Parts: sequence; C-alpha cells; structure tokens
Amino acid sequence: MSIEIKDVNKNFGDFVALRDVSLNIPTGQLTALLGPSGGGKSTLLRIVAGLESADSGTVMIEGKDATRLPPQKRNVGFVFQHYAAFKHMSVAKNVAFGLEIRKRSKAETKRRVEELLELVHLSQFAHRLPSQLSGGQRQRMALARALAVEPTVLLLDEPFGALDAKVRKELRDWLRRLHDEVHVTTVFVTHDQEEALEVADEIVVINDGRIEQIGSPDELYDRPANDFVMGFLGPVTRLSGALIRPHDIDVFTSGSVGGAVPGEVTRLLRVGFETRLTVQPSGSAGAKGSGGSGAGEVPAPGREDDVTVVLTRSHAREMDLDVGSRVWLAPNRGATMMPVVRAV
Amino acid sequence: MASTRLREPAPVRWALRLVAVVYVFLLVLWPVSLVVKYTFADGMTALTSALSDPDVTAALKLTAVVALSAVAINLVFGVWMSILLVRYDFWGKRALSALIDLPLSVSPVVVGLALVLAYNPRTGLFGTRLDAAGVQVIFSTPGMIMATAFVALPLVIREVVPVLSEIGDEQEQASRSLGANAAQTFRRITLPSIKWAVVYGLVLTLARSLGEFGAVKVVSGNIVQQTQTATLVVESKYQGFDQDAAYATAFILATASVICIVVVSLLRPKEES
Repeated sequence: MSIEIKDVNKNFGDFVALRDVSLNIPTGQLTALLGPSGGGKSTLLRIVAGLESADSGTVMIEGKDATRLPPQKRNVGFVFQHYAAFKHMSVAKNVAFGLEIRKRSKAETKRRVEELLELVHLSQFAHRLPSQLSGGQRQRMALARALAVEPTVLLLDEPFGALDAKVRKELRDWLRRLHDEVHVTTVFVTHDQEEALEVADEIVVINDGRIEQIGSPDELYDRPANDFVMGFLGPVTRLSGALIRPHDIDVFTSGSVGGAVPGEVTRLLRVGFETRLTVQPSGSAGAKGSGGSGAGEVPAPGREDDVTVVLTRSHAREMDLDVGSRVWLAPNRGATMMPVVRAV
Repeated sequence: MASTRLREPAPVRWALRLVAVVYVFLLVLWPVSLVVKYTFADGMTALTSALSDPDVTAALKLTAVVALSAVAINLVFGVWMSILLVRYDFWGKRALSALIDLPLSVSPVVVGLALVLAYNPRTGLFGTRLDAAGVQVIFSTPGMIMATAFVALPLVIREVVPVLSEIGDEQEQASRSLGANAAQTFRRITLPSIKWAVVYGLVLTLARSLGEFGAVKVVSGNIVQQTQTATLVVESKYQGFDQDAAYATAFILATASVICIVVVSLLRPKEES
C-alpha cells in the first residue's frame, strides 16, 4: 500500500470536512477521488500532501508515518487546479525548481529538465514565461515540475477543472498515457464522473466528508453501493419506484411485453446523436409530489413521476416517436436498478 | 477598452483636463519651480555656499543616516508584517491592521511628543533604563530614526499587502511540496513576486523619511550641527534670514525626491515584459 489513511477527521470551524475517513491507496495505480464540491475530497488530498493538517488520524506514505511531516519532507508531487506556476521563472526554471532545491548538479538538472519537457511536449517552450503559455500547457508544465523530484506519490487537485472542455478531454487522455509510461502512484481529485470513469484504475466516491464507495470504474457503474453513488456517476430517472439510468430503459410501441409501464411522450428533445424523451406514465394523474428527487436525478421539467428515457436518434426515428405517442417502458436486460430508500 | 468607455462631449473633456492641469500647476508645479528659480537666482553661488556651510552639510548627512536607517527598519518590519497579516490568522489581527494605519492619521507632532514621553531619560518608562545603560534616545539619532520609522511605517505594508493577497499562497504551497523550506520559499518565490511592491514602498518610505519634519523636530531638540536634519535646517535658515541656504537645501531635498520618482518609473516597465 502506497498511502494508508486511517481515521482522519478534519473540521473547519463548525463545518465537518472529513469524518473518520480510512483509505488505502495501492502503489502504481491511478486513483480518482470523486465527489461533489465541498464533499471533502480536496481536503483529503491536501492532508496527504501536508498542505493541511488532520485534526486526528494518521497518514502513512510508503510505510512511513507522515502525519506530522511538513510538506517538503513528504516527497509528494502536487498539482494545483490553477497551476500555481512560478510566474517569474521560465518554464525550464519552473521544472528545475525541485532539483535545484535538492542541490543536484547542473548537468543532471539540465538533462532531467530536458527529459521532462520532452515528456510533456513543451521542449520548444522551455524559455517562455508561464504567462505566455495556454492553460493546458501550463498544467503540463506543472505536472513536469511535480514529476521532476521523482515523488513517491503524485497528487492532482482538480487538475483539469480550469480548462475548457476540449483541452480537458485531451489532457485526460494524455494523463492516462503518461501514467502508463511513468507508473507513479497517482491520486487525482475530480467532480467530473466522466473524467474519473475514463482515467482511473480505482475510484473513491466521497460525499459529505465520508467515503461512499471504493471500486473500479466498472464495479461502481454496475454495482453502485447506494443511490448517491448511482446518481453521481451519471443521470438517473425513476421507473416503478426504482432508480434507473435513462438509457437502460427499453421503449416499445405496443403493450405486448409483460410488466411494461404504459405512458405518453410529453416532451422530445434531440441532443446530437441522442433523443431524450419525457414520458408521463398513464394512471399516475394526481400523483404529484409523491416522491422526492434522489441525488443526481434528472430534473423532469414537468411532473415528479415523469420518466426520462434516452435513445439513439436512429432508434427513435425507427419507432416514429413524437410528442403524444403512446409507449410502454421496461428496464432492459442487465439494467442497474436501485430501490429508492433514502428519504430526502 | 477605450472604445467602449463612456465618452463625454469634447468641450467637457477639454474642460476637465484643463481643470486638472491648472490645479496641479497652481498647487505643485509653480511653487516648486519657484524654489528652483530662487536657488539659481545667482547662478550656482547659493548652492555652493550652502554646500560649504557646515550646518547644511551636517544636516544633509544626518538626514541620509536617519532616512536610510528608517528605510532599512521599515523594509524588514514591513515585509515581515505584511506576510503576517496576509498569510496568518491570529487573534487581534484586525486591530493590528488598523493600528498600522495610525501613523497616517496622527499628526507627526503627536508622534514626536509620544516618543519623548515614553523614552525621555528622566520620566520615560523605557528612557530611564536606557539612560542607565548609557543609551540616549531623545535628542539624539536613535530617537530621530524611531520617529521617522514610525511616521513611514504603513508605506511598505500598504504596498505589499494587496500584492501578497492577490498572488495567493498556491505558489508557496507548490514550492513547499517541491521540497523547499520556509526560508527557501520566501527567497525564491515570495520575494520575487512582491519585489516591485517592496521597491515602490521603499521609495515612498525614503521620500517620506527625507521630508519628515514635525516628529523629528520634537524628538531631536533641533541642535545645530548635531540633531538638525535637512528639513529643520530649511526652517531655521529661512527664519534666520539666510534664505539662499534655505532655498538651496530645499532644492536638494526636492531633487532627491524627484530622483526617487524617476528611478521607480524607469524600473517599473520591466515588470511587464
């Protein structure tokens, strides 16, 4: 185990950021801490880095108790959401910083900086100032800077949060490939479930200062521990009293399937290759306000018990669906369903 | 930006500019130019005779000593205080922050008087003990340095604090996580980031210290050739009907301030590149 966190508590005044969090992060993997803002995931990361201190509990890094160690003695690489570039230094100087602090020889520093700039594709920008780089380039520089000191663990705090959607996607792929090359134990914080599902070997879902579930992306997606995890990993809707993902619902235009819920299409929205339907189940008139909305549930613009369904566009066209169409809904085979237990 | 800015009609713009220019001219430029004019009324004689007057040279030397000491003290204390105020939370922080502005609002004469009360060798709380230890504060250079440092206290802090809060502490945290200790982080990261604010604050402090009059007058005792600074010489020469020496000394003081401003404006643009 590379990082062992035990019974960590942290309060900011009255606000409980973390309560009794215990977590083991294995060596060499890419782990995502996933959760909503204010859920405590960044605090946990900062406690591991030594930038914040836990009120109680211990942090072990590579078998050594790091709970009381100052950040500079933990040999941890940290990447910030807003890059934290040293503005008055060139890109090469930024990357060399940790090596110069460690009093490495000039030749070694130079060689290592060149190597790292090559790795993050910034060699031609070595003499620029951070202000002359784009956001994505700055974040790659920050990564090279963190990797320069050969940290035992690399920690990234919402590393792509400040970038626009396209660059974020590119950097995400790039981080995955980089990790496959470098193999350093990496933990990154994100509130973007797609990012976590795509990049991470293991995901830790954190909410309200507690760990909700730990598992591989597939485990979490297929077997969410509770409705929060299910709702956080993607849109959900409600069909016959259970949470289900909108694309896990089959739509039929005749009522021949047993157990299918009849209804009427009240809204049809095309978004790119998808078609989103809002279906009002028949016989539910007057059932307004019957249930609360679970975490992450798609807010239906109409009534509480409307069902949201997502189809491919071609599928919707084949069935000739339109507003007012009569449909029958049933969960498809292998759909993840979650009975609603948590009262909101 | 200029194209989107709300524009006044041309006559109004010209009128506003004219008012500003006339105001600055009447209040600053014209009176100061008169000092220059009177200094050089007889060519260089006023200046050369002033510079050979031991009263004036002693005062200029003393002013340099007092001003540079105050600048040095305020550099160390100002930067330290700014970091304390921006980076740390502690009980009484707001009170401390308000207290730092006190020298701006209190008359320098009051400052001088307060120092005399606290440090005079007969009844002063510290003065008696310092006197016993052989240190004379009041009517001597240490007291004048204290008075000047007190008066110029907020200048460095008020320049540095906004810059420190604007740059945030992420760069410092990054530096720590890369293995730098507090001292290394301060020298390599914090100081270069606030460099220009510090320089600007120091120049303001220097200008303020060179020109300090009220507090120094009360504390120094105004003893000719011993505790008389340049500003005090200007006053005593003027009142002693040696106006040429007064003009010349005033001219030297004004020139020093102008040089300060020029140096800063020459240094500043490099910041952008």
